[in-house]
Amino acid sequence: MALLEVESLVKRYGTETLALDQVSFTMEAGEFAAIIGRSGAGKSTLLRCINRLIDISSGELRFDGVSVPGLRGTALRRHRTQIGMIFQHYNLVNRLSVIENVLHGRLGYKGLVQGVLGIYSEEEKREAVRIIESLGLGEQIYKRCDQLSGGQKQRVGIARALIQQPKLLLCDEPIASLDPNAAKIIMDTLREINREMGITVLVNLHQVDVALRYAERIIGVKGGTIVYDGAPDRLSSEQIHQIYGSEAGDLILDLSEQQYAV
Amino acid sequence: MTTNTRPVAQRIRVRPRNKANLIIQATLIGLLLLTLYHLATFDSRGISPIEGIAKTLESFRTLFFEPRLKNVSLGEMLYALSITVAMGLLTTIFGAVIAFFLALGAARNLAPRWLNNLITGGTAFIRAVPTVLWVLFFAVAAGLGSVAAVVGMTFHSVGYLIKAYAESFEELDAGVLEALRASGASWWQTIFQAVVPTSASALLSWTFVRFEINFSTAIAMGAVAGAGGIGFDMFMASTFYLDLRELGAFTYAVLIFAIALEWFATRLKGGLGARV
Amino acid sequence: MQYDVFRQRRNQRLIFFGVLIALTYGSMVLTAFDPVAGLAAIPRAFIWGASNFIPDESAMRRLPRILERLQETVLVSISSATVASALGLVVAVLGANTTRPHPWFSIPTRAIASIFRNVDVSVWALVLLFSFGQSGYTGFFALFFVTFGFIVRVMIETIDEVGTEPVEALRASGASYMATISQSVIPACLPQLISWVLYMIETNIRSATLIGILTGTGIGFAFDLYFKSFNYGAAGLVVFVIVITVLLIEALSNTIRRSIL
Repeated sequence: MALLEVESLVKRYGTETLALDQVSFTMEAGEFAAIIGRSGAGKSTLLRCINRLIDISSGELRFDGVSVPGLRGTALRRHRTQIGMIFQHYNLVNRLSVIENVLHGRLGYKGLVQGVLGIYSEEEKREAVRIIESLGLGEQIYKRCDQLSGGQKQRVGIARALIQQPKLLLCDEPIASLDPNAAKIIMDTLREINREMGITVLVNLHQVDVALRYAERIIGVKGGTIVYDGAPDRLSSEQIHQIYGSEAGDLILDLSEQQYAV
Repeated sequence: MTTNTRPVAQRIRVRPRNKANLIIQATLIGLLLLTLYHLATFDSRGISPIEGIAKTLESFRTLFFEPRLKNVSLGEMLYALSITVAMGLLTTIFGAVIAFFLALGAARNLAPRWLNNLITGGTAFIRAVPTVLWVLFFAVAAGLGSVAAVVGMTFHSVGYLIKAYAESFEELDAGVLEALRASGASWWQTIFQAVVPTSASALLSWTFVRFEINFSTAIAMGAVAGAGGIGFDMFMASTFYLDLRELGAFTYAVLIFAIALEWFATRLKGGLGARV
Repeated sequence: MQYDVFRQRRNQRLIFFGVLIALTYGSMVLTAFDPVAGLAAIPRAFIWGASNFIPDESAMRRLPRILERLQETVLVSISSATVASALGLVVAVLGANTTRPHPWFSIPTRAIASIFRNVDVSVWALVLLFSFGQSGYTGFFALFFVTFGFIVRVMIETIDEVGTEPVEALRASGASYMATISQSVIPACLPQLISWVLYMIETNIRSATLIGILTGTGIGFAFDLYFKSFNYGAAGLVVFVIVITVLLIEALSNTIRRSIL
């Protein structure tokens, strides 16, 4: 059984704007897929439909056998705990320490009182420390997040997602605000998480070269519909042109001239 | 939550015990204790708070849903409002002109340190005295009335605006000043060619904020310090005629004007934000 | 061309100052402000103040009573600001775009806050005199209303500024609404909130002095009493203790602000 099945998914904003139009695809557990496309193509909307940060207008979306569009309340929260998400702007509470931000990933499993008071078990704390150390942030555990570099912040974001013990990791432009070195570390970390821990990864990327280098599968989105779905090596320059339209010139140049920084 | 004690060696602290967190906690606890102490020792003068709140809600109903004028006409009310607005305007303009020149001396990048300290020290004192006390103080020399009110309110405005203006001046890029000085511009040329144009919108914004404050203060001075205007009419409606409904009509008049000012100030600041 | 630009700018400046002078003159006429009398009043008041406002022996004997009044004013400023801020935070959470439970909450919360902060504190005191008379409650609630309206406004802005991103992350991880608020929104906004509470305490002390004159409470009443009974030495002492208190509280607030923001 596939981990994620999307069928004829439609997302409409208001009555006019059609953000996603009849999107269908499935993902098997353990895949590493990248969604590419211009900004505004519907990449972010698609990710946010999967964990229902955005309500789905019509169509079906099944995750681990559960139909997602109709979920409400506790069932929706349970659904979200199984999906980790990392963001372009990291979305951390800057004033809080690394470990406090990481432990936020456990709040989905808490009842009302424990959640409101932020009570975590020693086991959860040990797990948080373990994950933080495994991502190379052992020195920064009690540092405030606004004192970290962009790459370090994103690793805190990843740690917060991992402590959820998710089956799927959604990454919304995880390296768009990072310099090339930090971007490489983050992408390597995601690949490692996918390979070692068997967590399925679905990542939105603006940069084609990075997508081609890391993903086993490319999903090209344009104007709210999927225009390519397949292996990276079958993606032709014409198809990239089609996905990116007028922006393609620059991106193709990136692809041929500057192989992704090592 | 905070793990204050660590009886078991393996226990992991979540919230780091740093200075900022400690001070936040201490401040919150301090405020809470002082509040509880005050509420416990409240000098109620025999009035039951529950009864009072019920009566207040009743007052609000009368105030907001049954306003009407009785002792003054609509024209008289608008005239009184215009006196209050004029008082706010006058004190703001006087305050702005005086504060502009003194703020040049208070800005660290424009004047010597001894002058900065002299002016900032003086303004801290001026601001620490509530406006009403300034007005009453000047009333001794000028008698209760608009002269004392305008002088007193101007005093406090000057104190406020010097601080605000000086901070705006200090945000000026040091390189610009240096470049102008290097080109041989005089001190006054530097002020009017670089400092004023760069900080003009910030000055305007602060001046407008002060106008909002002075409008409110002018109402209060009318009520307690004989400054006339709509504040005096409100004082009469409340304490002499005991007429909540007329007070309601006055309240609407000042509320509408204040909301219009706030709306305008927000737009002014929004424009500033977009420009910077 | 360039000549035109300069001329236009000069014309604009002329119009600006022309309007300003017209407004000033109009305002002087309306308020019946006599600039000569005003200017003359300043040196006269200070000369008079220098000889009369100096606290003498008999004034110092009233110091304990004055400090008692001062304590009343300081405490009412703190307690009204604290209670209003706690309540204001709750209402701001309900009204902010990031955290409101339903879009319908937005307009009513903002409208109520706008009324509370745009009616001057002295006007609230005049209204509250009807229900609480000349008691401490009048001042407490007048300060409470204004602080509440102000805190709701600034905290709505703060929440929408610093809260939006963490809230999205916590919602995505399946955290409940209450947990999201208490674990991310409140910790993120707390330093700002404390800073605004301290600011409102400073403001409230000045306002409380004014309201005290109306309601016969606190340090404002003490000043009014001595001032109107020509006991200027004691009135000067009152001013002196107010200045010291406001400066001390400002200094303390600034110290706290510097270390938490």
